[in-house]
Formats: sequence, structure tokens, C-alpha cells
Amino acid sequence: MIELKNASRTFHVGDALVHGLDDVTLHIAAGEYISIMGPSGSGKSTLLNIIGILDALDSGEYILDGKHVNSLNESHQAQLRRDKIGFVFQSFHLLPRLTAAENIALPLTLAGVDKKDREQRVAEVVAALDLTDRAHHRPDQLSGGQRQRVAIARAVVTRPRVLLADEPTGNLDFASGMEVMKVLEDLNKQGITLLMVTHDANLGARAQRTIRMLDGKVLA
Amino acid sequence: MKITDIIHFVMQALSGYRTRTFLLLLAMAIGVASVVLLTSLGEGARLYVTQQFSSLGTNLLIVLPGKNETTGGAPPMMGAVPRDITLDDARALQRNSYVRRLAPLIVGSAPVSWQSYEREVTILGSTADLYGVRQLSLSQGQFLPPLEMDRAAPVCVLGYTLADELFRSHRVLGEWVRVNQYRCRVIGVLGDEGMSLGTDMGDVLIMPVASAQALFNAQSLFRILIEVTQAEAMERTQKFVIATLRERHDGEEDVTVISQDALLATFDRILGALTYTLGGIAAISLLVAGIMIMNVMLVAVAQRTSEIGLLKALGAARHQILMLFLAESALLSLLGAMIGLALGFLGNWVLQQYFPDFPFTAPVWALWAAIIMALMSGLIFGLMPAKRAANLNPVVALNG
Repeated sequence: MIELKNASRTFHVGDALVHGLDDVTLHIAAGEYISIMGPSGSGKSTLLNIIGILDALDSGEYILDGKHVNSLNESHQAQLRRDKIGFVFQSFHLLPRLTAAENIALPLTLAGVDKKDREQRVAEVVAALDLTDRAHHRPDQLSGGQRQRVAIARAVVTRPRVLLADEPTGNLDFASGMEVMKVLEDLNKQGITLLMVTHDANLGARAQRTIRMLDGKVLA
Repeated sequence: MKITDIIHFVMQALSGYRTRTFLLLLAMAIGVASVVLLTSLGEGARLYVTQQFSSLGTNLLIVLPGKNETTGGAPPMMGAVPRDITLDDARALQRNSYVRRLAPLIVGSAPVSWQSYEREVTILGSTADLYGVRQLSLSQGQFLPPLEMDRAAPVCVLGYTLADELFRSHRVLGEWVRVNQYRCRVIGVLGDEGMSLGTDMGDVLIMPVASAQALFNAQSLFRILIEVTQAEAMERTQKFVIATLRERHDGEEDVTVISQDALLATFDRILGALTYTLGGIAAISLLVAGIMIMNVMLVAVAQRTSEIGLLKALGAARHQILMLFLAESALLSLLGAMIGLALGFLGNWVLQQYFPDFPFTAPVWALWAAIIMALMSGLIFGLMPAKRAANLNPVVALNG
């Protein structure tokens, strides 16, 4: 499903050269549940951004679902990102002026899906994530856990193959965090490939496999 | 992304930043409203002058003594004082079959009195044909009788204001008024003609041309007004007038013939240029509004960096982001232009209430030009901020 070969990504920070990814080779099969762990600056987020096609490799190869991502142009990359990948962020990134349902529908709107289809698919995920009575509220009228559930609904409404979660419980209290984890793990059980960056060892341990990183390298 | 979705998304964004949206709409609206108002002013001036000339009558030729031209060579042996135009000249011109009506004209000024009232007014000496040539109207009585040109008669027609001032509520028709040492009987009163090319037609006394010649003790005519039967014959008649008068004036071309159409065309050109100039000046404010849009959109891109990052993460391609931000400036400009049109029309209406004689009408080209200029300035000045948004690095933008 996801294949990285000798993948490298470096950043210039002042005069220094920082390795975000340093010669990483990685294979992730469809349907896996993986946690990515490591100290700050170890390259966890860079790995997630590369897999999510938000960032590009300096060298090496990235193959997503059989497609060589590096060789695609910008608009095909955007399309691939839209079709195959869902993002869940620590800070939710909901648009405050839109209702929960409108936020959830956003990726479908961008993809040019008909209003009728859009409403139907939004209704499905809203029901699945138990958000029916909150669908017409704006983000500032929702609790943290509800906001993250809306963000997850937005990530899965396009039925992606891969869900990338960057510290999804980082801004939540324990109970809400557990609630969100359950939602993510349920989605994984339904077949979605789940990659989750976390600092929390307890959460990391729930995954089938843990990728540990340090200084841009994947530790064996 | 569908066009309706783009508009919906942009409208939500615009209503999310109300103050900013209001100020931009205001800037654009003021620009468009000033185009509408200023071009209305220019166009109004053009229409006003055109109307004034048209009220002189159609297919009109005006013959005046003297020739304005620059000649070279030695000065003539004889004095170059232009020969007067006389009633005989006028009679000679009347023979042409293209001349429908012909009115010789003498203009002077004299005190007109009735009982103890006196008033200094313009005296016009002419014939019965003046009525048709100048398209006059009567409120009472009749116009000058159809006499031979050289026959004087003690009758006169008063302008509306003059009759009102001299006679107040007293009966006018049949009364005798004194003009200098002459007396004439009032046989008619003109309608309310208003101003016509600088002459207040309300404040005139019209008498037979021969009577006026006697009054002012002058043989020369001030003008000859000729109404030609059809527009196609104007040029031919003009040539006939010049040739006839040259022959009568010993081979010297010493008259000027102006056609009303030529005069009208000149004024039309000058005032048309004025309208364009005013429109151009107003268009500068549209440019300023466009620059304001650019400025504010640049700030908006900075404010909405993380939103742009999110849209990219959700699968928006660069061209989609570009489209969204361009649509935002375009929609702002268009809405502003619509509000501006409404304000402009409202302004026109208010001005029209204060100056009912002046036609305040924005030319259609100016309306289209204002809308298109507003849209173009929104698109052109919106392009740089939109490009900046589209080129944002999504990783940086998401963290921004």
C-alpha cells in the first residue's frame, strides 16, 4: 500500500541542514494500524507529510497504492491526496464559519461531487460517528471531542484508503481522547490503513506495529 | 469544484469577515457610482446642447455677413469691409425650390413701454416664416402676417415674459405698445419658449423686418435663416446660397453659411469628448478600489494561511485555490459595482429633482464600462494575492 525507498528530506534551518527523513525505507500493508513514535524533531511529522503528499522527497522513491508519487504533477498529486488520504490534525482545523456538516462536506465539494450525493454521504458518516444532533452546529458550539469527531468524519467522507492522524488526542481530555481512539480503531477494523503519530506510549502500544524514529531515521 | 459551490464558499468567506467586506464593497461602489454620475453629467450636457440646437429647427442654414478665412498675398486695393446682406439678397435666395421657408432677421435692443411700464428688450425683425423656421409656439393671438418683406406694418408679437411683465393680468391682444418713437399693436404672445442659444425668447418683441429696419434705421440684415426642404438638399442649397450671393456681391464671396447640422456635430464631438474625459477621471477611482482589493486580499491570504493549508490537505489543487481567491475578488468587485450602479442612479435621480431641465442620463456604454472595469480591476489586482495563496507550502500553511 505504502512504500518508501531510500527516502530523504532535508530542511535548512538557519545555516544548519536538518534531516527530516534520512534514507528511510518502509513498507506498510493495506489495513495496518501503525503508531509512529519518537522525540520532538525526530521526523515523525515529516514522515506523515510525505506519506500524505503534503511535502515532497529530495531523493528516494514513494509509491502509494502502486503509483509513483514523485513523478506525478501537482494537480494529480492533489487528486491522489483527495482520493486516497484522510488527515486528522491535533488542532482539528475546522473552518469556524461553516457548520459541522459543511466542514465534513468540504473535501466532497472540492472534488466536485453533486450536492445530493454530498448530503447523502455526509449523512452516512454523521450517523456513523454519532454526530447527528450536532451536524448543524458551528465548531465553537462543540466540545473538543465532538470537534475531533467532526474532523475524523471530514477525513473519511471521501472513503480514503489511508488515514493519517497527527496527535489526534493531543488537545483532548482523557475521556474524549479515548472516545476518539475508539472511533479511529473502529475505522481501522473496517479496513482503513491507520497511521498515528503520538507521544503517548500507552496510545502507541495499542497499534499493531510501532515505527520508532530518531534524527530522521527509522529505528529497527 | 462546481461554480455554484465556489460562489457559495466565497459568499460564506465574505460574510465571515463583515467589516472588511463592507469597506471593499464601499470602495468599489463609490468608484462605479462616480463613473455613473460624471458620465451622466457629460452626457447630460451633450443632450442639453443638442436639444437646444434641435429647437432651432431642422435642416437649417444660417447665412451671416462676412467671411472668416485667412488669405495670403497683397492686401486688396479696395477696403475689405464685408458687404451687408440685404432684403434683396434674401428675396433672391427665396427663388430656389429647395428653400421651404426663409426668414430674414434683424436684431436690436430697444425700450418697450405700455402705460407707465417700460422694459428694455431684444427686438427681432423678421417675417411670418420665422414662426416655422424657429419652431415657435403661441400662447395667444397670431404670429406676424404674411406680408411682402419690404412692407412695414405696425404690429408685433411679444415674448411670454415681456407680455407678463408689461401687462400683468391686463388684456394684451389689441393693445398698443411703444417701441422707441414707434407704436405697434400686439397681435400675439409667444408660448413659454425658455432660453434658446443664449437668447431669452420670453423677453423679445418680434415685428415685421421692414418695421425693424425703420426703427433701427438700418438696411443690413443680421442673419438669414433658411429651412431646406430635405436633408439631402442641404449641401446643394448651401452652394446655391454662396453662388447667388457671390454673383450679387460683384463676384466676392463675403458671406458665411453655417448648417445647423455641422454646428451640432461639432458640439456633439466636443461634449462627447468631455463625457469620455469625465468617465476616465472617474475610472481612476475604480483603479484605486482595485488596489484596495489587492491590499486587503493580501492581508486575507496572510490571515487565512491555515485555511489554505487545510484546503490543500483536503485535496485542493493549486488552481482551485487560485480560483477561490480570484472568485472572491471578482465577486467583491461585481457586488460593489452593482451597489455603485444603484447609488449612481439614486444620485442621478436626486440631481434630476434639483435640475429638472438638465437630462441626467448615464450613457449605456459607461454603465458597461464601469462594470467591466470594476470586474477587471478586481481580477487583475486579485491575481497576485490569489497566486500567493495558491503557492503556499501546505505544511507551512497548516502550521501557520
